[in-house]
Amino acid sequence: MNKIFSKPTEDPLWLKLTLGIIAVGFIAIMLLMPLVLVFKEALASGVRTFFSAMVEPDTLAAVKLSLLAAAIAVPLNTVFGIAAAWSIAKFDFRGKTFLVTLIDLPFSVSPVVAGLVYVLVFGMQGWLGPTLAGYDIRVLFALPGIVLATIFVTFPFVARELIPLMVDQGRDEEEAAATLGASGFQTFMRVTLPNIKWGLLYGILLCNARALGEFGAVSVLSGHIRGQTNTMPLHVELLYNNYDYTGAFAVAALLAMLALLTLALKSFLEWRYADELAASHRH
Amino acid sequence: MKRILSLLAAVGMLAATTAGFSANAALAADVQLLNVSYDPTRGLYQEINKAFAAQQKSKGDNVTISNSHGGSGSQARSVIDGLQADVVTLALAADLDAISKNGKLLRADWQKRLPQNSSPYTSTIIFLVRKGNPKQVRDWNDLVKPDVQVITPNPKTSGGARWAYLAAWDYAAKQPSGNGDKAKTFVANLYKNVPVLDSGARGSTVTFTKRGIGDVLLSWENEAHLVLKEAGGDQYKILYPSRSILAEPPVAIVDKNVDRKKTRATAEAYLHFLYTPQAQEIEARNYYRPRNPQILAKYRKQFPDIALSTINGAFGGWAKAQAVHFGDGGVFDQIYQPGR
Repeated sequence: MNKIFSKPTEDPLWLKLTLGIIAVGFIAIMLLMPLVLVFKEALASGVRTFFSAMVEPDTLAAVKLSLLAAAIAVPLNTVFGIAAAWSIAKFDFRGKTFLVTLIDLPFSVSPVVAGLVYVLVFGMQGWLGPTLAGYDIRVLFALPGIVLATIFVTFPFVARELIPLMVDQGRDEEEAAATLGASGFQTFMRVTLPNIKWGLLYGILLCNARALGEFGAVSVLSGHIRGQTNTMPLHVELLYNNYDYTGAFAVAALLAMLALLTLALKSFLEWRYADELAASHRH
Repeated sequence: MKRILSLLAAVGMLAATTAGFSANAALAADVQLLNVSYDPTRGLYQEINKAFAAQQKSKGDNVTISNSHGGSGSQARSVIDGLQADVVTLALAADLDAISKNGKLLRADWQKRLPQNSSPYTSTIIFLVRKGNPKQVRDWNDLVKPDVQVITPNPKTSGGARWAYLAAWDYAAKQPSGNGDKAKTFVANLYKNVPVLDSGARGSTVTFTKRGIGDVLLSWENEAHLVLKEAGGDQYKILYPSRSILAEPPVAIVDKNVDRKKTRATAEAYLHFLYTPQAQEIEARNYYRPRNPQILAKYRKQFPDIALSTINGAFGGWAKAQAVHFGDGGVFDQIYQPGR
């Protein structure tokens, strides 16, 4: 019976197996194997070499710079993302679709182009560079340039995460709050924010991961001064080009660990607050 | 909700502490110099900087020298765009001319300010082949054989690549019955054998050694010695062609930057230091040919005395060579078609 009248939702075994093997095989070859290799190379010359590569002053400087750039860029983009998603989801205005398109721009523009655009604006041959230099303000080849580049490439993450969520939730609850006499700020803190917190957190995590990993745009703007303007990804390249393969893979492993940490954090949050998460999805 | 707020607060605190960290790192030294250099000098200047800092320390000055490395052309571009270099130590004079011309950052007569064309050390372009030299490469004319793959960086961005290009050209032009047209065909055929053009010398070295592409690497002499040292054993072999070019990597003070940062005296001392016997020894140990005749004689074994043409003698100087060969629409643009 079963053989003839199999449920329409039940696929044949061979198809399930094939699809499963393709999926698992792809993940194993494209994601897991490189990840394992990074750690293997990093530890190739022993654990001691690995750790001494980590505490090398230039490496520490690179780690600090990357964390600092992310610590500035991520909060700014969080504020921006909430503001953008709020205005797009809760209000109607002309040029709304245009604004949404603009937010997506950093996804579609190559980071190298972004870097070069900032060179055109802030370079000594550019629009603002000479004027700012007159006040002794350096943007390129210094922290501000690196932060700018990081902000540019991580611009859409929070907004992109929140917009669909907030559009989906509609504005009923905010309107209810308003009719009950809540101020705009109260409405945001007590109604909107609790509804979006999981999406927001997820957006921040992604934004942070990307901020720490950005290479192209930062490479154009950094000036590659060892121990000063080299971020972690740039430092990986520098060490690799210096024939310091252990060092390069040690820093690469550190970056990979930060990425895994991000994932673990996300999974933990999803597990710990599964109920709330499900509740927030009901909206 | 509270949890989220406290999480955000934690992020904020993290930001504050890291900001504090970097503020601490900023103090320490009295004078800070930035040396913007080209790709293969990494090891060299690490040693030079240490020696110079020690010398200054004995005079009571705290000097910290930072270094930035990359393709010579792109490094010059960064200085023009505002990278605050006190001194530039690049691969060829044309890149310093560019900084002088486009950025107005150093005087046009910069090359006359220090001895020997402002080049404290020289180098040349040699061949690096794999163990056993399977394609039996001996001289430049072997590089145009159809089955030989040559690795060299992009002359548009790399200084070493421009020296290599000119060395090949000069070899062809100096052959019996050689002339400009024949040299152009020769160089065009050579670049047909180049599968990848990296942007800098170090990138090409990695392509040749780590990625295992190509039969011959056209390399700086110093870079090739570094490869031998890194790889160990007899994996690679250095070959000296019958003739090459005398590469003079120049150094200069970036006038505008040192005047603004008030670092001129230290920057000048740093460049003069490169000519001292102590520094010349370091340069020789890092496989740069020292100018000092005694030290050169001491290291003669690692610097074979081959025929070397000069840029002024063979090409009428860098300004001319740059315009004719590497400018937009110049000879290199005419002969090189990617993907062929």
